[in-house]
Amino acid sequence: MPLLEAAGVSKVFGKLTALDGAALTVGDREFHGLIGPNGSGKSTLMKCLAGALVPTRGKVTFINTDVTSLTPPERARAGMSLKFQITAVLPTLTLYDNILLALQARSSLLDLAFSRTRGRLHEEVMTMLLQFRLADRAFDAAATLSHGQQQWLEIAMALACRPRLLLLDEPTGGMSLEERRVTGELLQPIKQHCSLVIVEHDLDFIRDICDRLTVLDQGKVLASGTVAEIQANRSVQEIYLRRA
Amino acid sequence: MSSTGTGIQPPPRVIEAARSLPLASAFAGRTKVLPILELALLIAASIAPLVLRDYITVYATRVLILCLFALSFDLVWGYAGILSLGQSLFFGMAGYGVALLSRDFGVGSIFAVLPAGALIGFVAALLLAGFLLLGRHPSSVVFVSLGTMTGAYAADRLARGSHYLGGQNGIPSIQPMTIGSHELSEGPGFYYLVLAILVLIYLLSRFLLRSQFGLALAGLRENEQRIAFFGYKVQHLKAIIFAISGAIAGTSGSLYAFHEGFVWPNMLGVVMSTQVVLYVLFGGSGTLIGAVVGTAIVEGLSFWLSDNYRDIWPIILGVLLLLVILFRPLGLISLVLGERERVGRFGPSLKEKRNAAP
Repeated sequence: MPLLEAAGVSKVFGKLTALDGAALTVGDREFHGLIGPNGSGKSTLMKCLAGALVPTRGKVTFINTDVTSLTPPERARAGMSLKFQITAVLPTLTLYDNILLALQARSSLLDLAFSRTRGRLHEEVMTMLLQFRLADRAFDAAATLSHGQQQWLEIAMALACRPRLLLLDEPTGGMSLEERRVTGELLQPIKQHCSLVIVEHDLDFIRDICDRLTVLDQGKVLASGTVAEIQANRSVQEIYLRRA
Repeated sequence: MSSTGTGIQPPPRVIEAARSLPLASAFAGRTKVLPILELALLIAASIAPLVLRDYITVYATRVLILCLFALSFDLVWGYAGILSLGQSLFFGMAGYGVALLSRDFGVGSIFAVLPAGALIGFVAALLLAGFLLLGRHPSSVVFVSLGTMTGAYAADRLARGSHYLGGQNGIPSIQPMTIGSHELSEGPGFYYLVLAILVLIYLLSRFLLRSQFGLALAGLRENEQRIAFFGYKVQHLKAIIFAISGAIAGTSGSLYAFHEGFVWPNMLGVVMSTQVVLYVLFGGSGTLIGAVVGTAIVEGLSFWLSDNYRDIWPIILGVLLLLVILFRPLGLISLVLGERERVGRFGPSLKEKRNAAP
């Protein structure tokens, strides 16, 4: 049984059909890349998966539950987590507080009001910051980080919610080569417990970390399969050649 | 799900490193302007009646009551990003409520009327939150501010038209509030009572806002959509803080009713609501102390100006307000309080860390 299954997902904005019956299946602990030319509907599909958009038609099933019309907090509580395309760290809060905010999301309101969980969560916060190479900046405001570091902080925050599925929309956008390499390294260990759907323009990056790929073109699925299968696929080569 | 483990299994050396990090670094370089300012203001407020003439003490009592009212607005706007233009609704409803208790039932004991005022404010805010905030999807700032403003306007008009509520004139000559057999009339006694309540509510709010709940509110104010994706029920958070703020506005409104000895429809209306917005913007929102400072300065200035520049004082005051809002958008308090301290930190205290250590 797959962890996530999207079937026949369409999204229409006025006259524009951004997604036209797209399908996606992600297994447990699978890293799945979503690729395609600009405007092919990758981000729209991600938003439909995360609950930021409600699909016009189609169905999204997550851990055997129909989540198509659930709100983002409900999906988050079911085990889904999203890193936005535009970095959305909370700039005036410290890095430490950014992570704590994500970690404590499921504490009860009483626990929050009396700060009953922050002592217990301290070690987890510091562990996350160390893993993402941000521990030495723990008590600086998030706004003072470089763009690449903000992306890492966002990934750390998305992982702090302890998701079963992490949705990453362009995690390496605006990063240097070295930062991309490190990002790949940082993502590897999460495979032990978490599946990943990743939208990315950097094909080298996606080839290195993904198990399977789905190619979107004009809102439709063009091909889906292992990395080797996709690389050998004629029509995929064509759309990328056409673009190049 | 285990309560420790992030779900990720980091290598043991990472965990070791996390444990051995110098915890004191979390507290290094912390400036402490805020506690000093708070203490200085408390001392000044405590000795004020001893040095001021009686009629000024009466005026100062009114200002302290308005400070409490301003706190209620700072909680919703400065901390949760809810632009409530209907705070007067809770202030005025509680005022009318206790006035009716006094007129129709002869109830004036402080132990009955203050809780009643807080309860009226709390319930009214919760009901309004049910309409404006508790939808399945988050409501926009404009929707909420227009909704609350409409509420205040409607209440004002209803009170003016109601014979039972005294119409345009409101409810005059409310009997004084009592503590046991002692009657509290305006003067130093009433002043210190209000000061004590203000300090108590200030400290309770401060405790709540520096807690993990306060961190959730900070997230709400900064990026509501982002924290919804963490799993926070943002509408619930907003409704709770809105209701708490309603209770505070209600407490303030009932004190106001007994201090002035009458209530009238303006207490419910939009002008009262916008006045409190000005206090908080002037002083600096999202700091608690800014609300108190803003109220004290605006009211103090209008008192002094109206004495000395009888004809043009509203113009001078208006220009001053405008200048502050243009050149210090974070309020007067930002002159002494840095960004870091204004936002604050929410990490654990050293004691909590020690208790959590294995």
